[in-house]
Amino acid sequence: MAQEMSQPRANFNPALANVMQWLRANVVRNGPLLTTILIFAVAYVVGGQLYPAMQKPQVFFNLFINNGSLLLVSIGMTFVILMGGIDLSVGGMIALTTTASAALLKMGVSPFVVIPLMLVMGVVFGFTQGSVIHFLKVQPFIATLMGLFFARGVAYIISLSSITITDSFYKTLALTSLPIPFIANTYIYIPTLVAPIMLLVAVYLAFFTRFGRTLYAIGNNEQSALLMGLPVARTKILSYTFSGFCSALAGIVFSISLLAGYGQFATGMELDAIASVVMGGTLLTGGAGNVVGTLFGVLIYGTIVSILQFNGTLSSWWTRIGVGVLTLIFIGIQSLFYFRKKHG
Amino acid sequence: MTENLSTAKGASESPASAQTMGRFRPPRVPLFKRVRESALFWPLAALALILVFDAFYAPSFFRIEIQDGHLYGNLIDVVNNAAPLMLVAIGMTLVIATGGIDLSVGAVIAISAAMGAVLINPALGNQLITNDILTRDATNTPLPLIVLADLAAGTLCGLWNGFLVSRGRIQPMVATLILMVAGRGIAQLITNGQIMTIYYTPYFWFGNGFILGLPVAIYIVVGVLILAWFVVRKTSIGLFIESVGLNAKSSYYTGINEKNVKLFAYTFCGFCGAIAGLILSSNLHSSDANNIGLNYELDAILAVVMGGTLMSGGRFSLVASAIGALVIWTFTITVYTVGVPANALLAAKAVLVLAVILLYSDYTRRLLNRFERTDRKTAPSTDVEQRV
Repeated sequence: MAQEMSQPRANFNPALANVMQWLRANVVRNGPLLTTILIFAVAYVVGGQLYPAMQKPQVFFNLFINNGSLLLVSIGMTFVILMGGIDLSVGGMIALTTTASAALLKMGVSPFVVIPLMLVMGVVFGFTQGSVIHFLKVQPFIATLMGLFFARGVAYIISLSSITITDSFYKTLALTSLPIPFIANTYIYIPTLVAPIMLLVAVYLAFFTRFGRTLYAIGNNEQSALLMGLPVARTKILSYTFSGFCSALAGIVFSISLLAGYGQFATGMELDAIASVVMGGTLLTGGAGNVVGTLFGVLIYGTIVSILQFNGTLSSWWTRIGVGVLTLIFIGIQSLFYFRKKHG
Repeated sequence: MTENLSTAKGASESPASAQTMGRFRPPRVPLFKRVRESALFWPLAALALILVFDAFYAPSFFRIEIQDGHLYGNLIDVVNNAAPLMLVAIGMTLVIATGGIDLSVGAVIAISAAMGAVLINPALGNQLITNDILTRDATNTPLPLIVLADLAAGTLCGLWNGFLVSRGRIQPMVATLILMVAGRGIAQLITNGQIMTIYYTPYFWFGNGFILGLPVAIYIVVGVLILAWFVVRKTSIGLFIESVGLNAKSSYYTGINEKNVKLFAYTFCGFCGAIAGLILSSNLHSSDANNIGLNYELDAILAVVMGGTLMSGGRFSLVASAIGALVIWTFTITVYTVGVPANALLAAKAVLVLAVILLYSDYTRRLLNRFERTDRKTAPSTDVEQRV
């Protein structure tokens, strides 16, 4: 389509037209992603100008340290949303993972058993949700809501109060800081690395595997994906399983960084995750979006929180209002881009 | 749909009924089926099931006493506590019937409650609040104005949602998600981040007052239910809502202003949320922007689904949703009575949702249909029925 449109100009200046065409194709295709990155950059720079302390490089790495589990959850959520579903159970899953692992560690179970066990629990949990959604034809919204209730409820049954983790392995993981090479006075913690690694895995899954392509196909039109002979059932259930795995992983990171487990952890995190995914340029109807965008969505969220912290006088509720307004703006941007793509 | 087809065929095969009933009389449907097809059947069955459970395991559940001329007891508690949820469920039913969803009702409740609390004891801006102002049994605004402001705030929220959905063409889930995230922030902004305790006695009438021995909240619910029923069933709006829910585009082509129908549904939902906020804050004597009406959107959706309204829109029943809300609270209070810790209630609720999901799934329906078919073997079965 783009080629036909630029045909008259090609006579005028072929090289320039090619560049324009490439630009147009790529900017329109990645428009929401580029906007997300731009807004993150603007927010960060503005924050740095307002509060010079924010210019320290460590502040940037703190975004990753503080939002590691949010990023993990959002990655799983991106896959589910790309496929046209939604997963509301992530916050509950984090609470359950932290509580269960803290309780097990207190009983003296080795962390090398606990961590795989939690991951298996997440996978089974996600798989069950996916199966209920697919085979019983339950709305994803309702089924994962049930998952949220269930996970939090079980966390409360395990313990009504917060359990502290005193395990030496967890403590080592939590307190060992890794210096960042080439940049002075900066560090991250070991669990911080989990989310970026998972992001790479997710990028590979989304763009270089059959699973990823099928996800996009189902998100665009489940019926036609089915008619094309794509494995719809398997992919649907797998995406929820992946999200369950991600939330269990996020729960482990959460429990390591706080060294505690509690049923009330991560309340409302599903909303932050959905907002981050939307801010990252993924359509909530599914079929269009990018996992990389989700990273920047989470970073924007983190930046808003940092700016509020650096300000000190602004109250915490501005985070919510800010995230709400940004979500609105992004929906506007998205509809603009996708409208263009469809009609132009 | 296949069932309609089969009953129509069955009717045509019984000439006697066709003669006596005339052309447009509805075909005879077996009693069991007629009861089962009724929108009220499932929620009432669930309610009965829980009450039967109570009769065996917690007989004290049914005890009702009269103190100071008011009725007291678990059943009254259920109705009184369920009132806000019933209101929200009524509003949510209309929204879901248009094929949408409103996630922001919890936030609307918080905003409405915050509005009421602030008008009684102003906390806007960074004004210093002394204990002296807060504990006075007085108000800075007359009560009717407070109620009006509460309702206006909620309705405005609903209007905003409606505009985003109908004019902004944003999917309902995202559009209302915005207010869900931002709404509690706005409520905190209104109360300046404080948990405001209310000491103004006349305000408590909505949540704790009694008329003729029954809580005021019940009358409010019945009033709103009658109002909604009247608007929906005695005017064409109900029909429009159902047709928009079934197919928005074809409704548009038949000349229905689908935008305004949606706008109406969301605004009404906001209005219901506002009343719920008023009752809740009046009942709790406080307004905590973070926790008031928490998870109400989820409970309301659950109530609506239990009432048999499909999440994809279309046919709806207001009364069934209200009973759905009643089921949720009967369940909750039963769980408390039996002695399950409050925090573990969530897991119990999940089991309830699972049961509802299984009851409403295609498998169960198919099973029931099969049961029914073997039940009336004498009735001639058509090919269509067999194939389906």
